[in-house]
Amino acid sequence: MAKTLAEKILTQKPAGDACAGNIVISRVDLAFVQDTTGPLTVRQFQAGKFQRLADPKKTALFFDHASPSPNRQLSNDHQLLRQFAKETGCLKYDVGSGVCHQVVAEALAKPGDVVVGADSHTVTAGALGAFATGMGSSDVAIVFALGKTWLRVPKSIKINLRGKFRPGVGAKDLVLHLIGSIGADGATYKALEFGGEGLKNLSMSDRFTVANMAVEAGAKVGLFPSDKVTQEYLKAQGREKDFQPLSPDKDASYEKTIAINLGAIEPMVAKPHQVDNTVPAKELKGTKIEQVFIGTCTNGRLEDLAIAANILKGKKHHPDTRLIVAPASPQVLLEAIAAGYIKTLVEAGAVILPPGCGACLGLHQGVLADGESCLSTANRNFKGRMGNPEAFIYLGSPATAAASAIKGEISDPREVTGA
Amino acid sequence: MLKGRAFKFGDNISTDHIIPGRFAPLRSNLPELAKHVLEDADPTFASRVKKGDFIVAGSNFGLGSSREHAPLVIKMAGVSAVLAKSVARIFFRNAINLGLPVLICDTDGINDGDELEVDLAKGTVYDKTNGQQLTFGKLPEVMLKILGEGGLLPYIRKHGDFKL
Ligand code: SF4
Repeated sequence: MAKTLAEKILTQKPAGDACAGNIVISRVDLAFVQDTTGPLTVRQFQAGKFQRLADPKKTALFFDHASPSPNRQLSNDHQLLRQFAKETGCLKYDVGSGVCHQVVAEALAKPGDVVVGADSHTVTAGALGAFATGMGSSDVAIVFALGKTWLRVPKSIKINLRGKFRPGVGAKDLVLHLIGSIGADGATYKALEFGGEGLKNLSMSDRFTVANMAVEAGAKVGLFPSDKVTQEYLKAQGREKDFQPLSPDKDASYEKTIAINLGAIEPMVAKPHQVDNTVPAKELKGTKIEQVFIGTCTNGRLEDLAIAANILKGKKHHPDTRLIVAPASPQVLLEAIAAGYIKTLVEAGAVILPPGCGACLGLHQGVLADGESCLSTANRNFKGRMGNPEAFIYLGSPATAAASAIKGEISDPREVTGA
Repeated sequence: MLKGRAFKFGDNISTDHIIPGRFAPLRSNLPELAKHVLEDADPTFASRVKKGDFIVAGSNFGLGSSREHAPLVIKMAGVSAVLAKSVARIFFRNAINLGLPVLICDTDGINDGDELEVDLAKGTVYDKTNGQQLTFGKLPEVMLKILGEGGLLPYIRKHGDFKL
């Protein structure tokens, strides 16, 4: 039978055929946790009296949500994770090593893999053609021990892309547009599979942004085929041997197909407190913001910092608007230093946070005051997300963020760049 | 038979409503963490909920983060089941893994404060306050098996593997 990408990948993992709707027991190529879900995973692993990991080289711990730790409770959680890493010999990405999903993308996940993480944005690696999905601590503890998990093979929704973005518009606008049109539960339990001739115009960084937010439509996974763009990326990362081409069969069956013309997308913003509450950025003109945050696993890559730096070059952020930037990984930080982006951003008045989750989840760094608004390049704007339920979060692209930082209010980036 | 009072919530109650990131330092201190359950959706919930009560929500309950602490603090608060029109994927799996039943049904007719009786075996919800009877969808077989053992860990401890 002709297969979707999800069916194809999962067919390679269990013994037998994987068709949408089947329950399969899948081998797992990489299982990971981060520092706020990891301690419970470790405790469940210990409560299960498991003696050792199925494969220490396929097991990773990330210290990114509280990086470095802001208080003793989280420091103690870190200690627990470090101890576990010592005892089991698993991979450990300690404080400063970057946001888990960015590091998984740069160094660990590859086309055809099944990746399971105790973090919902594990879907990011779907951009590489990996069946990557988020689960809770108990599920991942069992994967740590057994090297496998159960999965229902999802039905797929095909997103057919054509054309290319106009200047000032990018992947974040595309995914906000998509979530706005299908809704926050528009793909629940399903795979979003991206295809079409427009794919060639999406860089790997663009694909990570889009796959990352698949979960904001409820999707189990957001999958891209593995093609030339994927190969070039892996090559640049020194991982060409990890490449394998991967595409869906021609007659694969989809629950539905949604066609999107990239050339028709406008800069989009998600208003508080739901990701599907989207409007074109220009409709929010005049909305004052006290903070701009550029970073996260959604938009904290080199390309994102480049876009922001180009807009902010020679300018200053608005005096009433703080500007916070968090590169998603040390690789991003080093490359951004080498390219001069960090200098530009600091000259524009930005605070540079260490690679990590920073302000994104409201744990520390960049917590908002009562009544304040923030334009963030993150993936979530739920009430309370940035540490204060009395604050307001708007989501937009790095271009919209940079333009809004200059103006002190939400702005269509094309107004600032003249594009 | 489960018996208790309905605490009604709307659509799209996220894991940030249930237990936001700012309480991450309490995640290794579950009794303290549980005091804040659903605080950003209803600050009075934690002090009013009693053992056996139900969370009755609209659609897409539990969307957002993979934090298993969300269903964990709901369970610790004494909630015996979550009833919702639909539930986000990871929350669903996490709840079942912890032995917290999640029942998918049309919750529109249930009002805040109604007294409910839930029969898990029969798949029925009886609203004693307004006399309505509802049925809920059957869980997928694999989830039934896991729930039947009280959660994922006891299931794997017993079987040593996935036996589906
Ligand atoms: S950057 Fe934000 S969304 Fe991404 S993993 Fe960190 S906390 Fe989660």
